[in-house]
This record gives sequence, structure tokens and C-alpha cells, in this order.
Amino acid sequence: MPPSPDDSERARRFREAALPCLDDVYTLARYLLRNPADAEDAVQECYLRALKHFDTYRGPAMKPWLFAILRNVCHAEFARRAVAPVKALDDAPEAVEQAPIWQEIAETPEGAVLRERNASAIQRMIETLAEPFRETFVLREINNLSYREIAEAAGVPVGTVMSRLARARAMLRAAWLAQEEPQ
Amino acid sequence: MMTCDEAEILIHALADGELDAGHAREVEAHVANCPRCASEFAAINEMKRALAGTDLIYKAPAALRQRIEAELPPAQPSNVTPLAGAPSRRSLLKGFAIGSAVSALAATGLVAIVLRNDDQQRIEAEIVSAHLRSLQAGHLTDVVSTDQHTVKPWFNGKLDVAPPVIDLTAQGFTLVGGRLDYVDARAIGAVVYRRRQHVINLFVAQTSSTERRAAKLDTLQGFNIRSWRDRGLSYWAVSDINVEELNEFGERFERAMGGSS
Repeated sequence: MPPSPDDSERARRFREAALPCLDDVYTLARYLLRNPADAEDAVQECYLRALKHFDTYRGPAMKPWLFAILRNVCHAEFARRAVAPVKALDDAPEAVEQAPIWQEIAETPEGAVLRERNASAIQRMIETLAEPFRETFVLREINNLSYREIAEAAGVPVGTVMSRLARARAMLRAAWLAQEEPQ
Repeated sequence: MMTCDEAEILIHALADGELDAGHAREVEAHVANCPRCASEFAAINEMKRALAGTDLIYKAPAALRQRIEAELPPAQPSNVTPLAGAPSRRSLLKGFAIGSAVSALAATGLVAIVLRNDDQQRIEAEIVSAHLRSLQAGHLTDVVSTDQHTVKPWFNGKLDVAPPVIDLTAQGFTLVGGRLDYVDARAIGAVVYRRRQHVINLFVAQTSSTERRAAKLDTLQGFNIRSWRDRGLSYWAVSDINVEELNEFGERFERAMGGSS
């Protein structure tokens, strides 16, 4: 059955608005889920949900809206993975302060790869940050969202965004320096 | 005079270009006189530069893009020739190119620092401005009715989500009508109530978060604001009535909403 003109117009608008964000959405999914296959599934699910709810989208910024949806999808994925205890994304900052800096032991390969401080080494360092800090950091430094947009996407006050970002940078710098020491 | 404790978080906002002019000057002044915060600020900037100079984006695999494309209804009716489809494809690619150029610029910090208020404050300031505009003659309502069944349908089609319209006349808040307004560069619904000779504007906007947020009371430029969030909608009630009465209005509204679902 051919699509109705309304459907194809809607699909066209969705394509133009949402598809240019695909790399950004995929990037966030990779950092949140730390696994290419899960990230692909989450992004596909995110776009399906976004299309379904496109009528409720009110501009101007597409990215925070897609990120908020992706975040919900990832939440579901975390719930599914409940085998290992995973911290909720919305933990109160106080509780977060008590959290261990490293959510998992950083697998630090020997030698030159890390010392080069190349993209994949930095990506791995970022991936070792605990969840809420990693999310805030990636949204700011890699997805280039403003504090306000991060607050919107993550559903937290701007003040929380600011404190998480400060913590994330402190943790990352510690990891960064630790890595330089062997030289 | 700013203390190091205060500066600790704000220097990040300074490095990110998120501070308004006044705060930026204050933080800069502190950094200029405090070696500890100055070295912290330098370290943040050094890290930002290093990150900006590294490609940390994961490119979406082509297969994923194709899978998503395949899920979308066809963009063009099938009787349109492929030629007509080609330009839109190109313009999409152009969008990508521009997008990454802008991101790269933003990441290197070359983009002019945006001077702005704190998010909440800025929106509340806009809400108060909208309230003030509405008080000018002839600006209060686009639809005048004390009947919620007239006001609510009026919003349909004008906004993606029509604001809930609740008759609180029995509780002492008379429904006067509704209005389309603009806040934060978006069309937003305003439901207008009266308490004695005072106007209450209830602004309602959709939000991406479905999390409930309890009521918060603020005062700005002599107006009281009660804001809360419920079921994916953000509410701001603004008026010059006293804070107790405005709070009562909000509570009654929330109670009526709770009862109606």
C-alpha cells in the first residue's frame, strides 16, 4: 500500500531533522552502553520511538530530544542487564559522591597504545567513568550540548549538570595523569 | 568577593562559555587573583583543547543507517521520479558536513561565548515578561470563555499538546480564557484565571522529562511564580497575588488534575 501524502511528508520531515543526528546518537549510545552491538540496537529502537512520537516533538533542538529517548532505551537495556548491579542514571548527587570512581576495573593495555593518548585510549578512559559522570561529560564534550540541553536530555537541574561535569573532569584528569606516569 | 568554593564549579562554566557576562567577569576576576583556581582553570582548558583535537565520535555503521532508513515510510510517493529525490539526498549530506564543521568549531572554543542567564532564571524572566505583556490592553486572551470545554478545544491544532484547562471557579479562581504565547522561542499555552482583580497566567509547556517535580515558589520583579512539573508538562503560574494564594491556586489545580485521571 502506498504511503499517504501525510505519512511521507512526516517521514520526510523526520529524516531531515533526525537522521543528521545519527552519529551523535550512536556516539552517546556507545559511551553509555560500552558495546557496539547493544549501541546499534539501542539507536535503532531510539529512532523507531522517535518516529512514533515525532508529532509530539517541539523544536528547536532535535539532539536533546533524541538523547532523552535514547536514554530511556538505555535504561531499559540496563534493567535487562540487571544481572550485575548497575547504578541508576538518576542517582542523587549525594549518593553519587559515595560511588567508586571506577565503575569497573580499567583494562589498561600495556605500553605505547595508551601513552600515545590517541582517540581510542581517550575513549576507553571516558568509558571507565561512572555512569552519570560519563553521560554528562560525553553530552558536553563530545555531543557539544549546552548545559541547558544536557539538563533537558538527562532530566536533571542545571546545577546537577555542573557538579557532575566538574567531578567527571577531575576523575578524567586523575586517570590522564596516572597514565602519563610511566613516561 | 568570590571564594574558591564558589569558583570551583563556576570555572568549568566559564571554560564552557556558559556564564553570563556578569558572572564571567566575577569568575575571571577571581581566577586572576587566585593561583590555585588559575591552575585549575588552565588544566580544564588544556583538557578541553586535547579533547577537541581528538576525534572521539563513533561513526554510525552504514548498516545501522540503512536499517533505520528501511524502517521509515518512503520519503517520496512512488510515482515521483528518482531524480526528484536526489537533491534532498544531497541536501542531507550537506547537512552532515555543516553539522560537523559547527561541532568542530564549538569544540575548539572558537565560537563566540554565548552570554546568557542561568537556565531557570532566564525562563522565569521570560515567563514574567510574557505575563507583563498579557496585562496590556487586549493582550490577555485569544479565546475568552469561562467554560473549560470552550477553552481547551481552542488550543487543539495550535499546539502539539493542548494544556489542561480546569475550571476552578468554585475554588475562587475564575477561568477567563486562553492565549498562545512565546517563551524560550517556543509556542506555549497560557490559561488565564482571575482572583478578585488579579490575573493569574498559567503557562504550560511540554517537557522531555516525565519525571514529576514538586512545586517551587519564586519571586521575580515583584511577581510570584509557582512552578512544577507533572506527566510530561511543565507549569508556571504567575501573578501579583500573594504567595499563599498562588500556592493555593497551584495546589487546587494539581488536586483537580490528580482527580481527573
